[in-house]
Amino acid sequence: MQSIAIVDYGMGNVRSVQKALEHVAPNDKIFLTDDVGLITDADRIVFPGQGAMGACMRALNTHGLVEAMKQAAGEKPFLGICLGLQLLFDHSQENSGTDGLSIFSGNVVHFPETELKIPHMGWNTVKQTQTHPLWHNIKDNARFYSVHSYYVKQNDSSVVAGLSNYGIDFTCAAAKDNIFAVQFHPEKSQHDGLKLLENFVNWKP
Amino acid sequence: MSLAKRIIPCLDVRDGRVVKGVQFVNIKDAGDPVEVAKRYDDEGADEITFLDITASHEGRDTLIHMVEAIADQVFIPLTVGGGIRKSEDVRTMLNAGADKVAVNSAAIFNPNLINQLSEEFGSQCIVIAIDAKKVADNKWEIFTHGGRKSTGIDAVEWALKMTKGDHGAGEVLLTSMDCDGVKTGFDLALTKAVTGAVSVPVIASGGVGNLAHLSEGILQGGADAVLAASIFHFGEYTVQQAKQAMQENGIEVRL
Repeated sequence: MQSIAIVDYGMGNVRSVQKALEHVAPNDKIFLTDDVGLITDADRIVFPGQGAMGACMRALNTHGLVEAMKQAAGEKPFLGICLGLQLLFDHSQENSGTDGLSIFSGNVVHFPETELKIPHMGWNTVKQTQTHPLWHNIKDNARFYSVHSYYVKQNDSSVVAGLSNYGIDFTCAAAKDNIFAVQFHPEKSQHDGLKLLENFVNWKP
Repeated sequence: MSLAKRIIPCLDVRDGRVVKGVQFVNIKDAGDPVEVAKRYDDEGADEITFLDITASHEGRDTLIHMVEAIADQVFIPLTVGGGIRKSEDVRTMLNAGADKVAVNSAAIFNPNLINQLSEEFGSQCIVIAIDAKKVADNKWEIFTHGGRKSTGIDAVEWALKMTKGDHGAGEVLLTSMDCDGVKTGFDLALTKAVTGAVSVPVIASGGVGNLAHLSEGILQGGADAVLAASIFHFGEYTVQQAKQAMQENGIEVRL
């Protein structure tokens, strides 16, 4: 039995992430926590995020989690979801500018103002731009559920693992070593989302 | 290939059962919410919306348990509306497994509420639900109390006000009180007026009686998602059939 820590710093609904993981890994120990020790000891880390980036970074700082997150991202299977992708980058335009964890190089920017509705909300196709164990048994261009107004612009194109299009092509999945992070919500993306979570649970990077 | 238009079956829930009425009266039983939600998930629903029409506290607890039971088994976005008045109500529903909450009359009585909730929980999970009724040509007002009481507030202006700025609602659930349950199609002029005014996604609701109505809401009304209840509850059509019909009309859907 392995342990999977879902980092819960009180910023939103992470119960659905837990429920989905429990569904795909009924024998594993899956828990919500903001405790540095538990995060350090867990076998795998899931880093969701909701709300605004500024508030999330403040909460991570308040809970003393910044170093623990950086350490976890450096050494064990790590899945970022939604804001959990954005927070891995250097800087976001959100909340008049917020610094992230700088695990990936690049910035988080607002979708350009066009006739398209913002937030980008709903089921969009995801083009898999690299072969990755987390895409195992998921068809290229499968649809995943997203809701966000900002997207990531990486400096190093080798981290791009998936692209979606909403007026522009944008990175909706990024991967490097033991880290995989997605803009969409696998926990809300029905069969393909559950498959991705199952792939994560079984992933041996 | 890009973002799909969404089909959202809606479950009106009272005392733990799915019900459906015509213009909020003549209520009929339409089944167990967990079973109904699972069926819609299997059929490929893009989201599910629950509107609680229970007034009592006991009914409220029933609703929370129901959301928990559904969220254990259904892994698509769930929206809960009805009786959401304060931050604590939102937190309770999110903790039960809801992804979004729809706020209706409470926003009318406290126009700052949407801002407060969006700031606390993120605008992505706050939906402003608007019940609008036609009062003149191209003019609609917000009604409360199941469509019986006018507030005198212009529906289009209200939609704009509630979605503006960084802490506006992230989505509009727009229901025509004139069309709800009548099955003659959406109020397309109303839908168009609101979708043209706001910059967030709009869910058209009220009036779907056949599959063609769904496509009209998207193509003529400009809606980003369409919500329907009775055409799915009583087995007239499946969600899958609805999506196929939309695709035949050139609308991008998740199949």
